[in-house]
Amino acid sequence: MADMVNVTIDGNEVSVPKGTTVLEAAKTIGTEVPHYCYHPGMSSPAMCRLCLVEVEGAPKPMPGCVTTVMEGQVIHTQSDQALKNRRGVLEFYLVNHPLDCPICDMSGECNLQDYVHAEGREQGRGIEPKRVFGRDDFGGDVLFYGDRCVMCTRCVRFMSEVEQDHRLTVVERGNRSVIDTFFEEGLEGTHWHGNIVDICPVGALVSKDFLHKARAWDLAHTPSICDCSQGCNISLHTRDNLVQRIKPRENLDVNAWWLSDLCRMDYEWMNRGDRIEAPLDRSKGGSKVLGWKEALESILRATERSEGSVKAVASARASNEDLAAFKRLVKGLGGGEIVYRSPRIEKDIPLKGFPQLAVRRDRAPNTTGANIMGMIRVGDDSATGGLEDIAGHDGIVLVLGDALEDQPNTFGANAKLYVYVGQHESAATTSAHFVLPTTTKAEGEGTFTNYEGRVQRFWRALDPPGMARPAWLVLGALAAELGCGEVVRSAADSFAIMGVDAFAGITYADIGDRGTVINEIVLVTGV
Amino acid sequence: MAYPYVSDHEVRVLSKHFGDPSHRRIGTYVERGGYGAVKKAFEMGPAQVIDEVKGSGLRGRGGAGFPTGVKWSFMPKDSGKPHYLLCNADESEPGTFKDRELIRWNPHQLIEGCLIGAYAIGAKHAYIYCRGEFFEANSILARAVEDAYEQGYAGKDILGSGNDIEITVHQGAGAYICGEETGLMNSLEGRRGQPRVKPPFPAAVGAFGMPSTINNVETLAAVKHIVDNGGDWYRQFGTEKSPGTKLFCVSGHVNKPGNYELPLGFPLIKLIEEVCGGIRDGNALKAVIPGGSSVPIINAEESSRCNLDYEGCEEVGTMLGCASVIVMDDKTDIVKQVRRMVDFYAHESCGQCTPCREGSSWTAQILKRIEYGRGTEEDLNTLMEMTQQMVGTTICVLSDSVAAPVQSSIEKFREDYLSLIRRDEKVGAA
Repeated sequence: MADMVNVTIDGNEVSVPKGTTVLEAAKTIGTEVPHYCYHPGMSSPAMCRLCLVEVEGAPKPMPGCVTTVMEGQVIHTQSDQALKNRRGVLEFYLVNHPLDCPICDMSGECNLQDYVHAEGREQGRGIEPKRVFGRDDFGGDVLFYGDRCVMCTRCVRFMSEVEQDHRLTVVERGNRSVIDTFFEEGLEGTHWHGNIVDICPVGALVSKDFLHKARAWDLAHTPSICDCSQGCNISLHTRDNLVQRIKPRENLDVNAWWLSDLCRMDYEWMNRGDRIEAPLDRSKGGSKVLGWKEALESILRATERSEGSVKAVASARASNEDLAAFKRLVKGLGGGEIVYRSPRIEKDIPLKGFPQLAVRRDRAPNTTGANIMGMIRVGDDSATGGLEDIAGHDGIVLVLGDALEDQPNTFGANAKLYVYVGQHESAATTSAHFVLPTTTKAEGEGTFTNYEGRVQRFWRALDPPGMARPAWLVLGALAAELGCGEVVRSAADSFAIMGVDAFAGITYADIGDRGTVINEIVLVTGV
Repeated sequence: MAYPYVSDHEVRVLSKHFGDPSHRRIGTYVERGGYGAVKKAFEMGPAQVIDEVKGSGLRGRGGAGFPTGVKWSFMPKDSGKPHYLLCNADESEPGTFKDRELIRWNPHQLIEGCLIGAYAIGAKHAYIYCRGEFFEANSILARAVEDAYEQGYAGKDILGSGNDIEITVHQGAGAYICGEETGLMNSLEGRRGQPRVKPPFPAAVGAFGMPSTINNVETLAAVKHIVDNGGDWYRQFGTEKSPGTKLFCVSGHVNKPGNYELPLGFPLIKLIEEVCGGIRDGNALKAVIPGGSSVPIINAEESSRCNLDYEGCEEVGTMLGCASVIVMDDKTDIVKQVRRMVDFYAHESCGQCTPCREGSSWTAQILKRIEYGRGTEEDLNTLMEMTQQMVGTTICVLSDSVAAPVQSSIEKFREDYLSLIRRDEKVGAA
């Protein structure tokens, strides 16, 4: 290609597109040049001076983040000069950076720790007192530890360039420089400020929610998908079988490096303790715990006895696999329409500097999946109401995943057979003849389809409580008995037999951890 | 005797009217041949003006000594964008006080220089960024600009030539770093006064994102005389490589401190002994900082063989800078002097680059400790090594300015440091 430039980095010849920075070019040979102020999603002020590299012929070391490669350049990122510079800069950072790692939330995932450990001096030379700023509440979820700040200004640039709401600035100059908010305004009322905690390379900006909750090295990271129809790629950080926090996962096609505050804080529901832990039989009064085999056989026998049409409620928080299995079951019982309810906010809240990302109006991860499968949205924007003709239905009532919190305890009281499949009980489940425990997205595998028709996978981060099983497994087994579909043992197989045109030919391997756009985007906006 | 002190050695071109308040008036200035150079420049055309300045060999008087004509020729020819001329009057280098005097005594000389410079680079607007603390100079300059507008020497259709050049005086807010050219541009635009990463250079992307040239007050003032009298006339002063006259701001322990306009290449020792009347109280010379606080300090022996031009200063391992000669006699505490200067830089560091932000204040802390008798010899090694990390590793050269006096003083006056360090040991032993 005409627009490629050939350079030599640390003895490796690489060919990169014209305009590539030295830092990005070095990544192509697997070399991560240490840096603080540079972030691929924002402008580069070239002020941390950590990424200085030696370019043959240049009079001074050049900042790798803003120096674009030129044909024939010979660049050294690990030469004596480059290493000496990094060693020097790292020592300068430690002149004022407190060594409070034992009580710092960033400890274990801190760039300064890593860099100093890898390339810094073995022994510090600073005996002078360090300057002290103390702490500041920036509002929202952000707490600022001024002493730890390395003045990379990523947070200031995020607010001004990406969120485009100038809430932060640098005040004073020299080593008295400190990040500050404007008057008492703070970050309150902004929708994306959690990202400044992620991009802070040290422990200067920390999450109030996560403060002193867990050490970084104790957390297990599991890739997952967020809970709005944007389908942001996230990572569930878990410990003690609880989700401790949510961090964004880089995916340039969906959310880049960012995640909204609303989604970031929406994890407590995965940690709820009041879960249904075993299949329950209430058809003969009381509540009898059954084994899974027994439970499924009992339900099959009950379906043979029960007459009347089928009415079904699904949930847009259920995976594509769950919804497909549910649909097969409904079909096996003689068909009937499936409705779902989902919450909505007033309007999309886009991230101005990256407008393809927004807090979507549709606050459920799989409304597109439900729509593709012909399910119909009912109820209002708070995900309540809309079930009047189902509540008093005298045939078969099936519920998947919707806890029916707004419904009275008479829900399904007239039904010949009422099967509730979900995670939590509520007043409206008291009349259920059978209650089956299923897993949340954090406890099993599956896929969601986001607003633009991108199907994305999530993985299992937590152990399910008690006997809870994925809905696709349980409902798929029932449907197979009724002659619809076959018995499958994995989420991948479950996806393969869904029989929905939009997903035809796509496999879990195709989706990977980046997602893939489905064949035919059938966007039904619902009610 | 006139304006504080004058000397027979002086060649008074720019400073001819220092001490004469009437010269501030536009009437007097025009009577004495003022604004003739503008007319002449308009007749010559921009290319010819640049050639004339190139021919004169005039070098930037702000400190770097870059040839002015060459700098002007870097401006794009057909960019289609507005060009700007910026005049750097944010004179903040400790020891420097020439620009202030040039503005105070001869504001129209500067305005005329700005008009010529703007015309040469195709700028329709010239900004004079004047240091915030220069209250008197600011008001004199503002008055002079008003007068120039009134008399048709600035603004639209200057002197009926069809050339439009606006002049704006912008008052800074008191930050040393805003005297750095790109820091000045940021400040002028209303941003934080922080130097920008180069490239892009100002000639491509300068003030307001447009091609800009930035010149020192003294440079632009000299341009007026070069256009008036020709480049060859200017070359009769000074040396081959450093032609022309230069204002020397002499301060410190001399009997007659002040501004002296001398041809470049003037011997330093002659400046101290003859022009400035020798060292106070007949003391011996200990050290000189020949170019403002950011250049390496030199000792008496080096001073005796130093000629004050760009090359002569380099020969003895220092720089001419903006020719602010700080003279120190043998009663001077060099450590305290250096600590005082480093304190200044630590206070004025903009705080962008880590080596400067952290290094300058750390250096100041260590020096203070040594000054108070709690230093060790190891501290000197630390200082030498650490300041080496501050040279050439930052966006601008402020951190180099910290390193220069520290390194040179430790090299040349190590005994001064050691005596302070040893005092501590004696106290401990007793």
